[in-house]
Amino acid sequence: MRAQPFDPWQELARHEDVLRVQHHGAYGAAVVFVGSTRDVTDGESVHTLVLEHYPGMTEHHLEVITHEAMVRWALVDALVFHRYGELSPNDPIVLVAAWSAHRAAAFAACRYLIEELKSRAPFWKRESLPAGPRWVTHNTPG
Amino acid sequence: MVTIKFFASLREYLGRTEDRLVLDETLTVADVWERVSAGRPVPNRTLVAVNMEYAQFNQEVADGDEVAFFPPVTGGGH
Repeated sequence: MRAQPFDPWQELARHEDVLRVQHHGAYGAAVVFVGSTRDVTDGESVHTLVLEHYPGMTEHHLEVITHEAMVRWALVDALVFHRYGELSPNDPIVLVAAWSAHRAAAFAACRYLIEELKSRAPFWKRESLPAGPRWVTHNTPG
Repeated sequence: MVTIKFFASLREYLGRTEDRLVLDETLTVADVWERVSAGRPVPNRTLVAVNMEYAQFNQEVADGDEVAFFPPVTGGGH
């Protein structure tokens, strides 16, 4: 959970440094998803996006989802970063990564993490449009 | 005492972020909504959590619980 902009690639590099030491030689696959803020939704331009969350419940559910993925796919590790607060177009919103022995588990786990996060973690997007602010009411199909 | 929280469009709908309720009888989540909303209808697709776990409107509420109402969640990327 981050209130300030973050660089997902830097976070990944930092995490890989730790993994290389802690799980030397254990993983043969890493799959990464980075979601960013777009400047257009439904044909309207977005100036800023505010991401609201439920302190406590959001962290709790991110941990639960991560634990589920770790167990289900016997992952070496998993990482979830999520922004909240005010975002501008192009700002990273979310970073999800999964490390496993073989690629199938990492791909499946990464997909699971982002889809479960989108449907279960309490975050709400509010877009600033030329006509005024608007709550995003549903997720787009993946 | 039960703490009730409202998030996102539900907060704007009711015009506040939080409320408190003294439990003087057995109440379900639906009863809690009834009391704190002054009888306003529950917006479509409203979700509820009790103590930060998703719950149903017919769940009973206990003293000390935290009940939260919010719209469908929309986190993550695109």
